[in-house]
Amino acid sequence: MSVDKDTVRRIAHLARVQVAEEKLDALAGEMNNILDWVEQLNELDVTDVEPMTSAVETTLHWREDKVTDGNKAEDVLANAPDAEYGFFSVPKVIE
Amino acid sequence: MNTDKTYTVKGVTGDWEIVVGLEVHAQVISNAKLFSGASAAFGAEPNANVSLVDAAMPGMLPVINGECVRQAVRTGLALGAQINKWSRFDRKNYFYADLPQGYQISQFQFPIVGEGEVVVDLGEGRTKTVGIERLHLEQDAGKSLHDQHPDATYVDLNRSGVALMEIVSKPDMRSPEEAGAYVRKLRTILRYIGSCDGNMEEGSMRADVNVSVRKSGDPLGTRCEIKNVNSMRFVMQAIEYEARRQVDIIEDGGMIKQETRLFDPNKGETRSMRSKEEAHDYRYFPDPDLLPLEFDDAFMTDAKASLPELPDAKKIRFTESLGLSGYNASVLVAEKENADYFEALLAEIVKATGKGEREVAKQAANWVISDLFGHLNKSGAAISDSPVSPAGGAELLKLITDGVISGRIAKDVFEIMYETGKSAAAIVEEKGLQQVSDTGEIEALIDQIIAGNPGQVAAYRGGKDKLFGFFVGQVMKATGGKANPQVVNKLLRKKL
Repeated sequence: MSVDKDTVRRIAHLARVQVAEEKLDALAGEMNNILDWVEQLNELDVTDVEPMTSAVETTLHWREDKVTDGNKAEDVLANAPDAEYGFFSVPKVIE
Repeated sequence: MNTDKTYTVKGVTGDWEIVVGLEVHAQVISNAKLFSGASAAFGAEPNANVSLVDAAMPGMLPVINGECVRQAVRTGLALGAQINKWSRFDRKNYFYADLPQGYQISQFQFPIVGEGEVVVDLGEGRTKTVGIERLHLEQDAGKSLHDQHPDATYVDLNRSGVALMEIVSKPDMRSPEEAGAYVRKLRTILRYIGSCDGNMEEGSMRADVNVSVRKSGDPLGTRCEIKNVNSMRFVMQAIEYEARRQVDIIEDGGMIKQETRLFDPNKGETRSMRSKEEAHDYRYFPDPDLLPLEFDDAFMTDAKASLPELPDAKKIRFTESLGLSGYNASVLVAEKENADYFEALLAEIVKATGKGEREVAKQAANWVISDLFGHLNKSGAAISDSPVSPAGGAELLKLITDGVISGRIAKDVFEIMYETGKSAAAIVEEKGLQQVSDTGEIEALIDQIIAGNPGQVAAYRGGKDKLFGFFVGQVMKATGGKANPQVVNKLLRKKL
């Protein structure tokens, strides 16, 4: 698998990360290095090995169906660049 | 029995078949959200039901709500579907203002519920089996309000993180009618088992509709997905419009572009969602914050034991054990509350009369469907608001079977019961509506009428049979409608 400049531009856009045009080539190189490195894992035969889902022997913790949180709109909105009438206010998103 | 009516779209090149599949999003009934302890209730102040997990603050971790898992399993069981004791949550990545995480926690590769099926009622005894492809659990997004400010969108995260079940059908439907009936049946089942309130107006149930067209026997055509349709009528309208649009494009030599569209209920048409033109690349991957979702057989057994009698089973019982018509049974089972009322009424009648269920079921069903539903519909009330209780209804019906009042008078009595909440017996007593079955009294009246109408009597005896009704009418008039019709008929025939 190999990443080119267009792919980097596209990934950056999907993640809404602004990347200057002149940095795209360098990033493509870095990403390819990472991919190559991970690619080495494919050399291992894992046919009979169950996928590992956690480093420790544990299972998913379940929560009871109780309301234990909420009613903190002020906290929730504290970091919002803009908020009005209890809502987050963002630049108009037109459907 | 399978459907024999074939729905087609007429084109200049012949008839086109339509192929429809639905993804229904059903909000799970639970107190708290899927991965946080904030309330899942509808209608709170903006951002009141939001925890820092729902707002995607850095460092917050999702913890699954067991009740949402149980509801998904119960729903899967009610759909006769495969339950997967091992499933997994994946991140579906996309960017939108009402999705603070930047991804939705969903189940992509390993859903909690696999294949099942739903038998859909198409009326006139026609049914169709629609396959279920899968059901998975996922988070709802927040709500964007675009119309409150000229150049801002307001975002309310109250819905963000509420548990949804996405129920995906196979592309088995071939007409708008079938799709509408499928949504209706799904809604009925969800409401029976109490895993979703099915309230389409509040958005707790909504459908994405996939439509394509083809010539009969051809491979599947390219489909378009109509997003977020929020009523059964709109589902049908959207399909009808979209199929026509696709046929027109193909017949004009065009190609269908696979895309996401919106249904505009005011114009009754679908249109392309311009903002989503860019092909989606969700970059699914297993959510590293969550271990696989696992449960044992005991959990499934408990979930199964918690299910009530389902609508299909109830309908069969109503027709086979109670002897109701298929139509009446369908009407009664369509809403669980209605079926519950009917069964409570039946129990009360059996208690009051000592008769068997089967003996009284037909009369009870007819009364519920024509009288009670008729009045409820007229006043726009739900059965839970009925001013006449099952016990009250049973008392009224017993007065008919006991011959105290006629069926005709019973309708008037019911009207008064409905308006005043008084008991049937009290109304009959108060207004002196008891049926006159006393043959002596009726006989005397008939004698008077015969004496008073010699012309009609002669004509009747001369062969004008229709005049019989005239005499019945006269007797009824004289008794204020209270004469027992059977007695009147019998005596009149004897005397004339």
